[in-house]
Amino acid sequence: MIHQCADQVVCQAANINFNVDGLLNGFWQLTVDGLSWGAIYALVAVGYTLVFGVLRLINFAHSEIFMLGMFGAYFCLDYILGFSPSGNAYNKGVGLTILYLAIAMLFAMLVSGSAALGLEAVAYRPLRRRNARPLTFLITAIGMSFVLQEFVHFILPRIIPGYGGSNAQQPIILVQPKTQFTIFGASVSNVTIVIIASAMVLALLTDIAINRTKFGRGIRAVAQDSTTATLMGVSRERIIMTTFLIGGLLAGAAALLYTLKVPQGIIYSGGFLLGIKAFSAAVLGGIGNLRGALLGGLLLGVMENYGQAVFGTQWRDVVAFVLLVLVLLIRPTGILGESLGKARA
Amino acid sequence: MRSRMARSAFALASAGLLVVGIAGCSKQSTPEQDNTAQTNLKIVEQFPIGDNGAKLTPPDTSAAADPAGDGKATCPPLSIAMAGALTGADAALGINIKNGVQLAIDKHNKANPGCQVQLKPFDTEGDPQKATGIAPQIVDDPFTIGLVGPAFSGETKATGTVFDQAGLVATTASATNVALSENGWKTFFRGLGNDGAQGTAVANYLKNTLALKKVCVVDDSTDYGLGLATVVRTTLGATADSSCNIQVKKGDKDFSAAVTQLKGAAPEAIFYGGYYAEAAPLAQQLKDGGVTATFVSADGTKDPEFVKQGGEATKDALLSCPCSPAPADFAKEYTAAFGQEPGTYSTEGYDLGTIMLKGIDAGKITRPDLLEFVKTYDGQGIARKYQWTDKGELTTNLIWIYKVQ
Amino acid sequence: MSGQENSTDAPEKRTSVLLAPGDVIRTGWADLGRIPKWGFGILLFGLLAMLPLRTPPFLDTPGISFGATMAQFVMVAIIAIGLNVVVGQAGLLDLGYVGFYAVGAYTVALLTSPSSPWNQMGVNGFLHSDWAWLSCVPLAMAVTALAGLILGIPTLRLRGDYLAIVTLGFGEIIRLLADNLSDITNGSRGLDRIAYPRLLENQQRPNGVFSNGNAAGDMNYGTWWFWLGLILMVVILLLVGNLERSRVGRAWVAIREDEDAAEVMGVNTFKFKLWAFVIGACIGGLSGALYAGQVQYVAPTNFNIINSMLFLVAVVLGGQGNKLGVIFGAFIIVYLPNRLLGVTAFGVNLGDLKYLFFGLALVVLMIFRPQGLFPVRQQLLAYGKTARNLLRSADDEKAAA
Repeated sequence: MIHQCADQVVCQAANINFNVDGLLNGFWQLTVDGLSWGAIYALVAVGYTLVFGVLRLINFAHSEIFMLGMFGAYFCLDYILGFSPSGNAYNKGVGLTILYLAIAMLFAMLVSGSAALGLEAVAYRPLRRRNARPLTFLITAIGMSFVLQEFVHFILPRIIPGYGGSNAQQPIILVQPKTQFTIFGASVSNVTIVIIASAMVLALLTDIAINRTKFGRGIRAVAQDSTTATLMGVSRERIIMTTFLIGGLLAGAAALLYTLKVPQGIIYSGGFLLGIKAFSAAVLGGIGNLRGALLGGLLLGVMENYGQAVFGTQWRDVVAFVLLVLVLLIRPTGILGESLGKARA
Repeated sequence: MRSRMARSAFALASAGLLVVGIAGCSKQSTPEQDNTAQTNLKIVEQFPIGDNGAKLTPPDTSAAADPAGDGKATCPPLSIAMAGALTGADAALGINIKNGVQLAIDKHNKANPGCQVQLKPFDTEGDPQKATGIAPQIVDDPFTIGLVGPAFSGETKATGTVFDQAGLVATTASATNVALSENGWKTFFRGLGNDGAQGTAVANYLKNTLALKKVCVVDDSTDYGLGLATVVRTTLGATADSSCNIQVKKGDKDFSAAVTQLKGAAPEAIFYGGYYAEAAPLAQQLKDGGVTATFVSADGTKDPEFVKQGGEATKDALLSCPCSPAPADFAKEYTAAFGQEPGTYSTEGYDLGTIMLKGIDAGKITRPDLLEFVKTYDGQGIARKYQWTDKGELTTNLIWIYKVQ
Repeated sequence: MSGQENSTDAPEKRTSVLLAPGDVIRTGWADLGRIPKWGFGILLFGLLAMLPLRTPPFLDTPGISFGATMAQFVMVAIIAIGLNVVVGQAGLLDLGYVGFYAVGAYTVALLTSPSSPWNQMGVNGFLHSDWAWLSCVPLAMAVTALAGLILGIPTLRLRGDYLAIVTLGFGEIIRLLADNLSDITNGSRGLDRIAYPRLLENQQRPNGVFSNGNAAGDMNYGTWWFWLGLILMVVILLLVGNLERSRVGRAWVAIREDEDAAEVMGVNTFKFKLWAFVIGACIGGLSGALYAGQVQYVAPTNFNIINSMLFLVAVVLGGQGNKLGVIFGAFIIVYLPNRLLGVTAFGVNLGDLKYLFFGLALVVLMIFRPQGLFPVRQQLLAYGKTARNLLRSADDEKAAA
């Protein structure tokens, strides 16, 4: 960002800086911003990690589930709640705004959850019936990713006018970002508070669901040893559906939180990069491990921000990929390492 | 397990009903909000500026060349080609140009029954490799004696030699990369000011006419954005604060790091070299972050989407463009023919098509003749005066300033 | 069908009937002797080479030069053959193959473009302009092979999906480096005026048949690049074919089918996986060099993940492990979008929907015919055909008796 060319007026941006000062000066602000991004990555990462834990499958199309969630939230605000897109913020007061956001989040979760279930039924179940190889699943996931993206890009505008297409949706902004308080010199805005709070609640609920409930035990059983689980009376098909459903619900919630942060981000390609980063986060924390996904997401968000401050804004994406590669090379099982199947998930 | 599933399904369904119920109730209470949050902002032309940034009077477009001519022209069946991105993410630009040329040709054909010229559009999807495959198709057709295009600088870079070697006059309505005219192509003619001219003019406008003392320049690392921003930085000289030279990436939507830095630098204006998809969130995040500097940008941002997505935050933003505003009658004819308002570079497409039609009407029906005609052309179009240097650049550049208001 | 991966029977049989022509061609081809195969091959390649000169109307692409389309096809075919070595034969999931393509193209560009700081074309350089491109090709292949080595050594310890993700990461890192290190690679502005082979220069075509200037008629520069690519493709096919039938190829098959068993049986899996990676990278670099010479302009935007996926589609569509099948796969993914360029149906431009069609094709294909259109036939026995004939004749004798 601050290029080391204070003595030069014409400054072709230096390629890589080592601007450690920038990092130290803005440390807490970067951390707070990083945590809010990390919360979004964490919620999406859970989807990847659960599906991998249960099915040993990387669900490439999960980023499109997230994207559909964004459109779902938008649709809810637009048609159901009646806000018109305008690019300016509405001001409804705290209570009402939270209510509207909650409704939009529920709707987004509904859309994403159903999309995830549909994806599982259409693309993956036939392959499971035919005992396909892992590469086949991967290819199908890639294919479905293409299909969903291009569907929103070209077909959706013909179904709902004004939706989809090559340009982003005109934003519907319910929350005007405003600093609520400062902590250690970092300003925390209302958007950040909403994101981190919702993410914490959802993460807690998911953790309880996986670790304390009966179907959560079923998920862990199938992840550990599906044959024995079936012998014990757990229905593998139902567990798989539930896994996809949970991933979809969380992706939908993350989608709404993302639109709070980046209102102009609702576009057919809006899920792709975020999906890859969320997957990196899942790997970073330990793929197959729920708490690992959450930790990995927060960590990735923060590291990305630091990296961007030190090396320059254009290197932000590189940081995510380099982290991914390093983790896979040095410790492929990730930080928390254990899989869903182990008792201490 | 089954009952559990059923119960969850039931729970989900009732939640859904609840949602719709609340929505139904709340829907009645929102209609009056529509007006308060709507934006009525539009990009409105202000005035043209010269190379030194001084305000100029708009040119008189009443003497503009009319493609209809005198109605008595005769010619063998010929065609004019148009190459650009007609499909894909950047299609809007190519379609604008194509429509402009089409309008000129339709007017000409209607008025001159003895001379019917055809438009041959070629879709390059904005991809240089595709463009290298399409250029031979254009050149191969003996009836095609002129080309309007390619639309993007990348494609032009890849195909300029083809047209040069074939002697086919290639006028571009939108490729603004400065290096294009340095390749020695005899057939390259640029129908608008290049990024060098635009950058110089707008930088001088900020420095001299607006007498600003501190400007921050941000670019999006693309060929176009970086090129433009570099010219602006050089021309601004000391006015461009080197501590806030920022580079972002095309496709980014979150600019919190840049906003923090810009806030700290507190400039009077911020120049952004890039496209509307990033300019809109940047402008909004700047406003949310409490930065009060004037937002200045260029033709990549001059698109209705910028206002649509940025909302009130784009108010009072200044945009420069080598493209000229559409005169009222042209806009009317265009809308009647194509059902939408003329877009960026439609006027340039119309003018360049008109010039070639004038050549055909004057009896220049071979490629070398038409090339010579365009080379020595000197006339007024609806967008500007057209006369070219031997490198293919316009002799007089007209950069317009627009404002969001 | 002998030597096939096993799938459940009933759905397979139904759709196998549907896709029978592919199998008929395959089994017919496999039953031919060596010499008839060569004969057919030469005939086929001859026909293919003549195609741009006498294009049948249903095949012609009105919106874009057919020769240029074929040139693009042959470049993607070479990539597909390289990727086939990695994915189809050795069974290594590589999602970042476009990175090797980029390294090859950028090597040629950095050495010959005037906008590059490492340009060797000038007075001080060691490249004489007529042979510049040709001498850069082995260099590009070597550099890409080195990149493959550097990439492969740390990552090939990983298995399956992990390897896929790491290679995806590396592919993106290469593209982002090319985009960000603008002092060297000129960033997103790209490197232009790259050298190309100079051949048959005359009055009409002062820069030879491979330059942009040769744009008129059927023998335009697209066609010439197509012929050059075709020759290179044949050479690569011969080399890869030899590898397939050697100990290396059999090791790859063993690694693909069951890596642990192969290791136990004494196959040095790491070495052979690395070989597959390096050879695949080398071939990708060759194609990159061709691309740089033909378009004469290289920019990072072309080397993205989507193209990586498209190359994978070509391999999977054609038949993983089948080096002739993947050429067909490459033809489909290059030819179809170009054929549909400008064709409109229901108000939607069909060229726009190309990714939608490919995605659907992938999903449907994976459900009904995951081995691809022309699945590979294992060549594990050195004299397999003779053995089969022997067994078949033994069967007939028994039946007769």
